[in-house]
Parts: sequence; C-alpha cells; structure tokens
Amino acid sequence: MIKKSAPRTQVRTQKIRGKVRLREHVMGWLFVGPFGIVFLAFLIAPLAYALYLSLFQKKLIGGTSFVFLDNYVKAFTDPSFLSGAWFVIRFSLVSIPLQIIVALAMALILDAITSRFVRFSRLMIFLPYAIPTVIGAVMWGFLYSKSFGPLTDIFGLFGATAPDFLSSNLIFYGLVNVVTWQWAGYYMIILYAALQGIDPTLYEAARMDGAGAWQVALRIKIPLIASALLLILVFSLIGTLQFFNEPQILRSLAAGTIGPDFTPNMYAYQQAFSLANFNYGSAISFALGGIVFVGVYAFLFFTRKRRSFL
Amino acid sequence: MKKRLLAAAAMLAAATALVACSPGGGGGASTASGSGASNCTNTISKKNLPVVTMWGWYPNMQLVVDNFNKQNNEVQVCWTNVGQGSDEYDKFQTAISAGTGAPDVIMIEMDRIPTFQIQNALVDIKKYGFDAVKADYSEGAWKDVSVGDAVYGVPVDGGPMAMIYRKDIFEKYDITPPKTWAEYEQAAQKMKDAGGPPFGDFAANVSALTMALQIQKGAAPFTYDPAQQGSIGVKLNDQASKEVLDYWGRLAKNGLVGTQDQFTPEYISGVINGKYATYISAAWAPGYLTGAGVGKGEDTGKFAVAPLPQWDPGNPVQVNWGGSAFSVTSQAKNPELAAKVAYGLYADEESLTHGWTNQVIFPLNLKAINDPEFVNLKVAFFDGQQANKEVYVPAANAYKGVTYSPFGQYYFDAMTKQVSALIEGSVTGAQAADRLQADVANYAKEQGFTVQ
Repeated sequence: MIKKSAPRTQVRTQKIRGKVRLREHVMGWLFVGPFGIVFLAFLIAPLAYALYLSLFQKKLIGGTSFVFLDNYVKAFTDPSFLSGAWFVIRFSLVSIPLQIIVALAMALILDAITSRFVRFSRLMIFLPYAIPTVIGAVMWGFLYSKSFGPLTDIFGLFGATAPDFLSSNLIFYGLVNVVTWQWAGYYMIILYAALQGIDPTLYEAARMDGAGAWQVALRIKIPLIASALLLILVFSLIGTLQFFNEPQILRSLAAGTIGPDFTPNMYAYQQAFSLANFNYGSAISFALGGIVFVGVYAFLFFTRKRRSFL
Repeated sequence: MKKRLLAAAAMLAAATALVACSPGGGGGASTASGSGASNCTNTISKKNLPVVTMWGWYPNMQLVVDNFNKQNNEVQVCWTNVGQGSDEYDKFQTAISAGTGAPDVIMIEMDRIPTFQIQNALVDIKKYGFDAVKADYSEGAWKDVSVGDAVYGVPVDGGPMAMIYRKDIFEKYDITPPKTWAEYEQAAQKMKDAGGPPFGDFAANVSALTMALQIQKGAAPFTYDPAQQGSIGVKLNDQASKEVLDYWGRLAKNGLVGTQDQFTPEYISGVINGKYATYISAAWAPGYLTGAGVGKGEDTGKFAVAPLPQWDPGNPVQVNWGGSAFSVTSQAKNPELAAKVAYGLYADEESLTHGWTNQVIFPLNLKAINDPEFVNLKVAFFDGQQANKEVYVPAANAYKGVTYSPFGQYYFDAMTKQVSALIEGSVTGAQAADRLQADVANYAKEQGFTVQ
C-alpha cells in the first residue's frame, strides 16, 4: 500500500506545482507582453523585412529579382562601402581612445578634488552632450568656417593661415574634434558615477600603506571602474562604426569633401532614399551590422575576464 | 559559452537595429502629409469640390494656390511644403517605393523628371489637354519636361544663364564684361595680377552648373528615349566636356577663381563682401541672393548682369540651370483632374506677375515672358538695369532644351566626386571626365541599361 500511495501523492504535488508554474508563466508573459509586442513590431519585424529586402535586386531596367547573397558579395567588393568602412574603423581607432582618455582624466580630476567648482565644471563638461548632434555639427561647421569662424583671426595673430577643417585633408580631425567634444562629457559622467561608487575606506587603507595620489588613481580607481570603462568602450565602438549625423550635416557645407559614401551608414541612406535602391541599402546596413558585430564580439572576447555588465 | 553567445546575439540585434533605424528619418513624414487632403497648409473654402493634393516649395506657393482655388470651380488644391529639392525627392522616392503616400501633383526640377518617369511614378499628361497650352511655352521648355515623345510636366520657371558681376570691382580694376571664356580668363588674370579678388567660383557641389557649361561647349551628356528598350547613350568624356573641366581646373589651379561650395553661408558671405567678381548663374539667382541678404547692405546696387560668356562668339549657345515643373504622379486618384491642376496652377496672370515682380521665379510661360512690363522691368537688384530685356529673355528664347538622364542623382554625385578631385589637383580635367564616364556608364550597366 505504502509503495502504491507514494507516487500518487507525488503526482498530486507535481500537479499543484505545475498549476502554480503555469499561472506564473501566464503572469510572466502578460508582464512581458506589452514590451514583446512593441519589440516584435518595431524591431524584429523591420529587421526581418530589411533582411528579406537585401536578398533581392531591383534594377531600373528589368525590375526586381531574387539574387540571394549577391548584394552582400557586391557590398564587400564595392570600393564605396569598403572605403567608408575603412574610414569608420580608422576613425574609431583614433577617436575612441581619445574620448576615453579625456573622459577618464576629467572624471579622475573631478573625483579627486572637493570644491564648489566641481558641480559647475561637471555640468559644463556634460553640457555638449545635451546639445542635439545636429545643432552641434552645424555649430562646429560655422566655427571651422573661414569667414565666420575664429580660426582665421587666431591664426592671423601669428601671421599664419588657418587650417581648413572642412577640406579633405583635415576633415578627419575636424570630425574627431566634434565627436570628442560631444561625447567625452557623457562618458565622463558614467566614469564619475562609477568612481563615486568605490568604497572610500579603500583609499584610506591605501594611504596607510603609503600610496600617493597617482598610485591610488592608477592602482585602485582605474581597476575598480574597469567595467564602466568597458561599457563606454562598447557604446562608443557601436556608435562610431555607425557614424552618420555629423558628416551628413557637414555635407551641406562641404559636399566636395564629404561624399554620399563617406561612411557606410550614409552610403546606405543614399542608396535607399536618393537612388531608390532599398535592396542594396538594406544589404549595406546588414553588412555594416556584421562588421559592428564582429568588432564588438572580438572586443568582448579579448576582455572577457573583466566583463561584468553582460 | 552559451551566455556569451546570447550576449553576442543581443549585441547583433541592437547593432543592426541601430543601423537599420538611422536612415529611417527621411520617409516618415511623407505618408502623413501626402495621401490625405486633411492636412493642407492652405485653407480650402469651396468644401464640396473634389480635392487634388500637391507638394511644392515656391516661396509664394500659398498665394499661387489661393489664386487657383479662388478662380476654379471644378477642383481645389490641397498644398503641402515637404521640403526643398532633395528633401522633397527623398520623400517622393520613399512614397514611390512604398506604393502609397505620394501627392497627386508634385513640383520637381526638370532634370529629375526622367529619374521618376523610369519608375513609372509620373503620368504622361499629353492626353489631358496638352494642345490647349502648347503654345504657352517654348520648345526648349517642353523638351526639358519630356521623355521621348511623352510629356511629364508643365514648365513653370526656368534658369537661363548669365554672368552676374560686381560693377564696383570691375571698375576698380578697369575690366569690361568678358564676352568669351578666353576673355574671362584674361580678365581673371588681370585682376589677380592687380591684387584683386578671385574672379569667380568653381564649386564641386553644383554639378548641374558644370553640366550646363559643358553643354554650352557642345557636350550632349545623355541620349535617352524610353521607346528604345533600355538603351542609353552616355557621353561624359567627349572633347567638349574635357575642355570645360580643364578650363575651370586651370583657373582654380592658378588661383584665378575660388573653389568654395556654393549655396553655403560661406559662399553667400563671400558674394556679399565682394570676394568674387563674377557669379556665373541663372535667372533665379537675383531672387535667391536677395533672399539670402545680398544687395541689401553695403553692396546695394553694386551688381550688374551680362550675357553668359561664349566659346565661339559667332555661334552663341544659351544654356539653362535649374527650373522646375508640375508633374502628375501615377498615384493620383484622378489623373485628369490632377493634370488640370498641373496646367492651371501658377499659370494665371496674377500669380505669374507676383512671381516675377518679387523675383521668385523666372517664368517660362510665354504670356509672362512676352509681357512688355516683364521685358522692360528695371530690376532693383541690378540697380535698375533692364536685365530681362538685355540678358535673360534673349537667353531663354535661344535655349534649345536638354535630354536628362534617368539616374540624375547618381550622375550629379559622381560629378561632385570628380570635380572635387580636380580642384584638389589629383586629376586633370580630362582624367576627371574619363573617370566620370567610366563610373556612370558602369552604374547604367548595373541598372540594366545597354550603354552606347
């Protein structure tokens, strides 16, 4: 008898547990539902549609045909796409370290000193991020201008000719400057917040052991905010590889310097909206997505020991 | 490992999502403003009449639409301004691709007509009362809005070209308006030697201007007729095209002209401050410059206009830059009604007169061009010079028309790239023309054309 009844009670408790679990499941889905619907409708569905579009080719003569991966083959042999991709990669290699060094230096300085100017400085450094990219880009366009900008006057004082940051030789640095100006303050805030989260007793202990301000910064603060540093690295890498707003805006001031294929994203925009080639535009977007994925994945792989935010 | 993969997948999704979403900005507004007649910029008072929607950006469009609606008892126009030039084209393009969202009637520049025509986005309006208005426009104007034998637009304004110059600077350096391009170069050299400002400007971002200057020397960039199934002639590196690029490349290299992008604040301020002695441009330029603040302050009354310099004075050629038309889109619910709007809008005397007196347009309607008041107008911008009579009307009358390509945007972008390289000095004019030819011919082939 005992042998027989034991499984029965087990079954019953299992049934009850199953009911509870089912109810939990339903509740869970209900909570996720609103997000899930929006997520599917506005992210997954457009992505799937763009992927679908990228497998076709539309010609002005001959119409649309299914070409499978031909658009991707074309993209990775298209000098316009490749030079754009190479540009954003070079741009990342120069601008990201620069932004992070600037942000880190400012965060460490603001963290180390205590005075009433800290709040004010923090706000001022953060301010460029609060200015819309478009307005920031237009503003820099005017600052770089030979007739409106201050550069001509400043260089004129020393009898030199001002560099033209909108010329094809210097546009790279002109854009590095705009991006650093815009984003360094934002990254500074993230790093500053991470620094504020460190237990101050650690500094005390370090000082007891004879560490100076430099050693505290290098040996304690930076290692402890490594995960925040990684976070902004990934953010800036994704953002920079998709560079679009600033060059697109400055294009109206320097169309000769900044072509429509200046960055991959601009090229995708041109293909889709100016040349009516949504198919190739989608393919470029996905090809760029692939490059971003490879870049970010490789980066995460090499820094996996320190990763704590994903 | 699994967790990492998941993270990576999430990253990919996020990455592609961002990639996919940034180009989206261009399209959104069109459906909202285009298809329905509910959000017109103008107010329609005759509510019981059928409504035709239209996009356009003439500065006095509101008045033009009101005039039309007031005078018409058959149809009313619902007008929206969705942006100028390429802003509007991008929206129209998106609406074409989407199959919905386009207006019934659209204002487009003539050089864009084949681009939209080849996508079957425009309606041939020849069968909707073309004969009644045929005599109102010159043959050159009709050619510019035609593709093959079909007519895809009603000409409104044109851009006969001329040389605008600064009287004060010409006087200071003792220069008379050059009649040929050879004289233009000599005058530029003379001015430079005397320490004067650049004589003109050779910009990378005005491909339509460069094309017009090449056509003036005898280039015929495209031969295209849809009746010849998918065949197109692309001739961008003939002798005339090469020589014109070499000419301007040489002027830029020798520092005789500036190389500033036009339609930028930088360029306009240069024009205001007398940084350029001449401005090779079209009949809409005085209106555009006035709107941008030129000729109002210190430089009031300092501008004059002379006919465009010629290559061969014995055999003068007049060319055109810009100009636009009203086209009927294939998304129009009632093409016949839409065509009535296209023919009638901006064709009444009141609107035309308002247009030319305020320098908003150079009219192509012969009723306006032949109006003695228009011809004899003393243009304030040119210090009372009778610019229409002396320069623009003869230029407009001598204009023969051009065949544009069905991939105008690509051609202009490619031209900008080459002219930019030419200005930098990394290629010669002839090389730039050869590269442009290769680039555009290749694109045409990719698009399925047989290139001749």
